[in-house]
Amino acid sequence: MPLLSLPTGTKFSFMKYWRLGFALSTLLSVLSIVLFFAVGLNYGIDFKGGTLVEIQTKDGPANIAELRREIGELNLGDVQIQEFGAPDDVLIRVERQPGGDDAQQRAIQLLRDMFGDRVNFRRVEIVGPRVSSELARAGVIAVVAALLAIMIYIWFRFEWHFALGAVITTAHDVLITIGMFAVVGLEFNLTSIAAVLTIVGYSLNDTVVVYDRLRENLRRYKKMPLAQLIDQSINEMLSRTLMTSITTLIALIALFVFGGEVIRSFTFAMIWGVLIGTYSSIFVAAPLLIMFKLRPDAGSAAGEASTAGAS
Amino acid sequence: MLYFARWKIVLIVGAVILGILAVLPNLFPKSSVENWPSWLPHRQIVLGLDLQGGAYLLYQVDRQDYEQKRLTALVGDIRTALREDPRIGYTGLGVADNGAQVRIRDTAQFEDAQERLADLVNPLQSTLFGQGTVNEFEMTTGEGGLIRFTFTEDGLAQRIRSIVQQSIEVIRRRIDELGTTEPSIQREGEDRILVEAPGLDDPQRLKALVGQTAQLTFHLVDNSVDPRQAIEQRPPPGTTVLYSLDDPPQPYVVEEAPLLNGEDLTDAQATFNQQTNEPVVTFRLSTGGARKFGNVTSNNVGRPFAIVLDNEVISAPVIREPILGGSGQISGNFTVQTANDLAILLRAGALPAKLEIVEERTVGPGLGQDSIEAGKIAAVAAVIGVTLSMILVYGLFGVFANIALVANVILILALLSLLQATLTLPGIAGIVLTMGMAVDANVLIYERIREEAKSGRSAITAIDTGFSRALGTILDANITTLIAAVILFQLGSGPVRGFAVTLAIGIVTTVFSAFLFTRLLVAQWVRMKRPSAIPL
Repeated sequence: MPLLSLPTGTKFSFMKYWRLGFALSTLLSVLSIVLFFAVGLNYGIDFKGGTLVEIQTKDGPANIAELRREIGELNLGDVQIQEFGAPDDVLIRVERQPGGDDAQQRAIQLLRDMFGDRVNFRRVEIVGPRVSSELARAGVIAVVAALLAIMIYIWFRFEWHFALGAVITTAHDVLITIGMFAVVGLEFNLTSIAAVLTIVGYSLNDTVVVYDRLRENLRRYKKMPLAQLIDQSINEMLSRTLMTSITTLIALIALFVFGGEVIRSFTFAMIWGVLIGTYSSIFVAAPLLIMFKLRPDAGSAAGEASTAGAS
Repeated sequence: MLYFARWKIVLIVGAVILGILAVLPNLFPKSSVENWPSWLPHRQIVLGLDLQGGAYLLYQVDRQDYEQKRLTALVGDIRTALREDPRIGYTGLGVADNGAQVRIRDTAQFEDAQERLADLVNPLQSTLFGQGTVNEFEMTTGEGGLIRFTFTEDGLAQRIRSIVQQSIEVIRRRIDELGTTEPSIQREGEDRILVEAPGLDDPQRLKALVGQTAQLTFHLVDNSVDPRQAIEQRPPPGTTVLYSLDDPPQPYVVEEAPLLNGEDLTDAQATFNQQTNEPVVTFRLSTGGARKFGNVTSNNVGRPFAIVLDNEVISAPVIREPILGGSGQISGNFTVQTANDLAILLRAGALPAKLEIVEERTVGPGLGQDSIEAGKIAAVAAVIGVTLSMILVYGLFGVFANIALVANVILILALLSLLQATLTLPGIAGIVLTMGMAVDANVLIYERIREEAKSGRSAITAIDTGFSRALGTILDANITTLIAAVILFQLGSGPVRGFAVTLAIGIVTTVFSAFLFTRLLVAQWVRMKRPSAIPL
């Protein structure tokens, strides 16, 4: 027999607070949009162009201040230098050099000449202006295309209320994730797009599961008022929602802690996405159906009376 | 739902066993796998460049450079054509506005000139689908005797295509000489070339070898003018100033027209000069080249000539005696490696146009190894965490789910091996993430079974309906993620694509392992125990 049991038969009335959740989500979404335009994202070289170098010093911990001074003398414009996972590991980001693709190559040559044999180059990434603008466009297209394709699929499988609700919920998750990127200043690069798309997948997974149960209950309790029906469906799925979020979070936290510095920001975004996705499938996806008037409010009292026997 | 025909059981169990077999080669070193009997699978997972280290270099043909060079050559052709007997007087010949143009002085000769230049539009061989031929240039005329040549769109595209093709061949010849393991060189889009060289310690050398145009030319040096004077004023007509590789660079006034170029070479080798013992490159000329070189050296004994690589003077030896044998030696402060590399470049030939690096990603072998280790630890930690929580919450059924989870991971690795899909660091993250999300299918099923049991069904019916009712939800939930993965694959390059691949494979194996494999385990258990209550 199981040693732990998840809460079952819960009777939380989530929909009592749907307006609160809605207000919170709207606020966060608007805030994210404002942040996106006012603060902007910390775009990585994938989208902005430039050079990223990870070095490992050969003689003990790196002296970041000294490095900053030395690299400053190379006149490479804006350069970010940070410790990366270990004291002898340093990440150097050099902004895109004015000029074409050749100019980027000159920057890395200067760095290589400066370091000589003092360090190991663990990683060098150089993205020229042409490729970075292409990647940025491809990234936007991918996210939009994913949302559209998923909407079409859900449209086939559910009524339009659900399709629209799922897409709005997912867009909400994407927005708030982008807002998080802006607030934390986490680097936004190609892997971040991968994270965003995975969040899209995860969040939809959650939303679809809740919708699926809702649809089933809509057929079973023909007269039950929508808010109550939603509450019941969410409560029925609550232990599943919790369990899946927990196991996914366990896997992600393992990655975050042990997976190495290179994918840490990716994992961080994913953890955030799982939390947001779980929240939104309850507090955004479901109440949207109330807004769309999936089931007319009329006759709610009579409905309640008749469902008492059915459940 | 709980009844399995025998053939189905064989198929399901067979798939898992095949999966285990397919994973096996990954547990042994490559050298020992090669000696396995042929009925065993041999394919190992292909590690991405971020895991095994290596270089990813995306080159693009420098169109502007090519167009400029081509137009300059065209201007030369126009000059030659107009100077032919009878001469046609012209003015303003040169490159302007991305075209070559000339003005014919005498309007009476305008028609003649057009006729004479008409051939220069240079019909190119028709393309695979094209009807007839495509002209490389379009000739237009204007006021005041103006004749203009501009690139046609089709002609330019075709030229770029063949440049890319030739460049790929040249690059392949160069890299083959490096002895790197399995480099991949392929066209990307219209005018790009992607070079991927796994497991390379020194990407700098690769870059130097691939990116250099390596246009070798021999020029006579014009000693009649002082180089400094030539820079300040203007070099005499037909000559130009080139600089040496020395520090500080030494200027040379050389004749513009080369005596020989790289195409006249048949072989080049790095050796040592027998007197000075310094590394040099010896070359051998083709018969035609040898004759030309013999003539020139006979007539210019005592004069220096410059050996020029990509417009930089490597050295400028003095001709001491006529060189008739058709072979010679290039010296110029080489190290063993630079001499070797120059020999490789000369043997492989020059690139037909300048290539620019538009994207470069190199990972050292150390980082790749660290990433693999980190990924392994994370995977093990995730497995422990997830399996423990499943057992805690679902008891015996949790054990079933865990067996299915292990089968799932084996199947992912098996498919990666069989499909030879590339495993990247984000790909490892995808696998770990799948472990977390895969149990979702089991959770959905188990929660459903619980509900069914609670609503008063018997244990076996509850299990049965639990599986069947959960299927729709599982499919819907996974197909949406699959759509995201497919789109990610379309967009992605390198590491991101690796993530999409493992995510997509993970979804397929998840549905298999949760819905078929777990169900089979539960069904066998039900058959043996005939439970009256569900241990959930």
